[in-house]
Amino acid sequence: MLKSASLRFSVSTGVALLLLLALALVPVAAEVFDDPFLLTLFTRIVILALAAVSLNLILGYGGMVSFGHAAFIGVGGYAIGILAKHEIYAAWIQWPVALLMSALFALLIGLLSLRTRGIFFIMITLALSQLVYYLANGAYAYGGDDGLTILKRSDFGGLISLSDRPSFYYLCWALLALSLYLTHRLVNSRFGMVLRGAKSNDRRMAAIGFPVLRYRLTAFVIAGTVCGLAGVLLANHTDFVSPAMIHWTRSGDLIVMVVLGGMGSLFGPLFGAVGYLALEEILSSYTEYWKLLFGPLLVLVILFARGGIDGALGRGHGGILLGIIGGFFLLHGVHLYYDDAWAVPAALLMGAVGLVGLMQWLRLRKARKAGETP
Amino acid sequence: MSSPQMNQPVLRVRELVKRFGGLVATDNVSLDILRGEVHAIIGPNGAGKTTLIGQLIGELTPDSGSVEFMGRDITALPVHARSHLGLARSFQITSIFLDFTALQNVALAVQAHDGHSFRFWQKAMDDPALLEPAHAALAQVGLGHRADIVTSALSHGEHRQLELAMALATKPQLLLLDEPMAGMGPEDSARMVDMLRGLKGKVSILLIEHDMEAVFALADRISVLVYGRAIATDTPDAIRRNEQVRQAYLGEEAPV
Amino acid sequence: MTLLIFEQFLNGLQIGLLLFLLAAGLTLVFGIMDMVNLAHGSLYMMGAYFAAVFVQWTDSFILGAILALPAGMLLGVATEYVALRNLYARDHLDQVLATFGLILFFNEFARLIFGAGGMAIELPELLAGQIEILPGLPYPTYRFAIIAMGLLCAGFLYLLVQKTRLGMLIRAGASNREMVGALGVDIKLLFTLVFGLGSALAALAGLMSGPISTVQIGMGDNVLILCFVVIVIGGLGSIRGAFVAAVLVGVLETMGRAFLPNILGSFLNPSEAGTLAQALSSMLVYILMSGVLVLRPAGLFPAPGR
Repeated sequence: MLKSASLRFSVSTGVALLLLLALALVPVAAEVFDDPFLLTLFTRIVILALAAVSLNLILGYGGMVSFGHAAFIGVGGYAIGILAKHEIYAAWIQWPVALLMSALFALLIGLLSLRTRGIFFIMITLALSQLVYYLANGAYAYGGDDGLTILKRSDFGGLISLSDRPSFYYLCWALLALSLYLTHRLVNSRFGMVLRGAKSNDRRMAAIGFPVLRYRLTAFVIAGTVCGLAGVLLANHTDFVSPAMIHWTRSGDLIVMVVLGGMGSLFGPLFGAVGYLALEEILSSYTEYWKLLFGPLLVLVILFARGGIDGALGRGHGGILLGIIGGFFLLHGVHLYYDDAWAVPAALLMGAVGLVGLMQWLRLRKARKAGETP
Repeated sequence: MSSPQMNQPVLRVRELVKRFGGLVATDNVSLDILRGEVHAIIGPNGAGKTTLIGQLIGELTPDSGSVEFMGRDITALPVHARSHLGLARSFQITSIFLDFTALQNVALAVQAHDGHSFRFWQKAMDDPALLEPAHAALAQVGLGHRADIVTSALSHGEHRQLELAMALATKPQLLLLDEPMAGMGPEDSARMVDMLRGLKGKVSILLIEHDMEAVFALADRISVLVYGRAIATDTPDAIRRNEQVRQAYLGEEAPV
Repeated sequence: MTLLIFEQFLNGLQIGLLLFLLAAGLTLVFGIMDMVNLAHGSLYMMGAYFAAVFVQWTDSFILGAILALPAGMLLGVATEYVALRNLYARDHLDQVLATFGLILFFNEFARLIFGAGGMAIELPELLAGQIEILPGLPYPTYRFAIIAMGLLCAGFLYLLVQKTRLGMLIRAGASNREMVGALGVDIKLLFTLVFGLGSALAALAGLMSGPISTVQIGMGDNVLILCFVVIVIGGLGSIRGAFVAAVLVGVLETMGRAFLPNILGSFLNPSEAGTLAQALSSMLVYILMSGVLVLRPAGLFPAPGR
């Protein structure tokens, strides 16, 4: 349906920019309402959104269903953890090493798995990430399955202190925003066209002369490296790494985020990560059996709401629904945590989304009535 | 008829054999495609035409025999490499990029032959080096006015035209056309025949077709494939008169 | 020493046979219906839970087990009817995600009904002891019973697939699904039967493994991956392949777990050796799978035509 991943003004772009703005204001809100948990929660959301952006590149745009993407979070995180254990805290050593290790792992996993397609590819990426999981479990020197505590965060010298939570948050936010912009450029470039063409029809790609494997491998390595960066950030955020970060259900979570948000759309991973984690947070405050609701919800989305949140926004009625639900939850949920003052701007934001959705829906309805194809 | 000077074989197939279990799909096939000619391959269904094409473009590896293109042995060469030597192919069952526009489809084919694609920054669809040849190829097949339509919205006939445009965009020496007129109505077919006639002499064509009118209108030479064997290779008139061919394939319906 | 190796081999065989029961169901569903069903592990878990509950209620292991089997099968068929039926036409990613959602649901559902702690299944006296299968080698009766049961099922499946009409349809379907439909067979019924069979096998594997491993939430998830590894190694849609691969995987992992600590213990301290050995023996299986995928991508015994 989309001709190209374009930044032309569309509902999704508008909502995404609004969302990014709202995210940028989180540290301010946390300060104003004296709620550090808000900042902790959203730091995690932003970091996982970055991981989702990297997965969206190969899954959404490239059609490579990697069920082992969490392994790269683990590699990046463990690189930091291991170096920290050996008392190497300098960021300018830690971070390049972590990114390099992630790239190498991605290269290796890619070489082993990218010759397979379909279900085989899913299974082999799953199995290879399990290999990494067991590797981490067996690394008794680095905590084994108990995990490894990180005593000190990456040291950037005087540049920025990662222990200062707002500064750390803005670093994560900036990296997320940057990754979104870079993805936009990448998917519209020649490289991106090859990737997307290969997803659409890789037999034809070979017939017209593209050696598809090397482009897929490159995309896989890029995605793995960016995900490794997310791992680096996560390690610094939680001051802890453990094999649990690499378990295949974590990879499943990432895939859910990408699909929920809208596979192959630019802002899909952003919507998906925020949606998934916020939903998790909100639902779990109602009942400890929230997964009971979440499981069937996921099934329903898969069956009926192709295109995820991004698609729903594009159609308009999704926006309205989101506006109503989001407004209700935020009003009601916000009520539980923070005082009423916060409910007002949140409700306004959701209302704005709802209004835009309404306009979009009316516009599409009018176009359909006039006989144009939307 | 083809002129004597264009008589270098652009493609040489020598004793090609392909078996699937007990079935011999390609049975010692040898043929030459001369430069500039339109060479048609006809034969009943199941004769092994698609298997033959598969081996020529590299999707299938022959059990024995060789394929030589422009003097070079390409028998083991991968599919994408053959495209770069000048071999282009259109698919019998339309195989295009459905989520892209017609222009993007052709631009991709142009891009494949415009150096490597490890360019990560510039927007591909703004690049005149891609857009101009793409527009030209679309115009050549008569789809110029449909360039910005998403291919899933195009008609079947337009899909077949797009198939051809993509193959042409790679500036091939030899076009392998696998039933280009499949599923087309008489008007569209006639248009396609005219289009192909316009290409005669400029590019060598290996044409697989069932549409006998088109075959006899376009072909310089015809090879007949039956049960994986090439039973005859000759000019259209000679083929029409060939008793073996009439029995095996043309029967009573040969256009006289 | 040889007795020790043989004993560990038997353990591996036992684990492998349980894995085979689970994998057979999965490979059937994948081979015939081209469906990836991650919730298969949940059926395994539910089989074990049903057994635990029924054994408690009836105070008899045999009765509990006998009741758990149809319960598991019914649950499977109900799941197919409600949720999975809509997924046959979808691509594998959709199936993976939807059934992933089902796993989440089943895990929470079990937690709600059975509580977060595990459950134990007590063996009756008849099965709780040991028997001397070879002079000087006492072996737990129950494990031996599992082996016997597993081989019995393998034999039954072999007969079913090779000698009956249903089996012929299954083999045909594994090679060419469209043809079977074109032959006028009631596809929906075939699918339901196959799925029911697969669920029964999963429940059986679950209830049999209950007494020797704790019945707990998520027990299906880890086994599931191993299961997929088995069918990838064995070949999609191939029961024979699942058998060979499952036994191979079971024996490899068990022998690894049994003997690696000793081998590593000669140059590492015991706890380190233990941790590393466990990790390595798990890794061995994935290395095997990677090897198979590189050398024989269709598996060891691919269904013909794939």
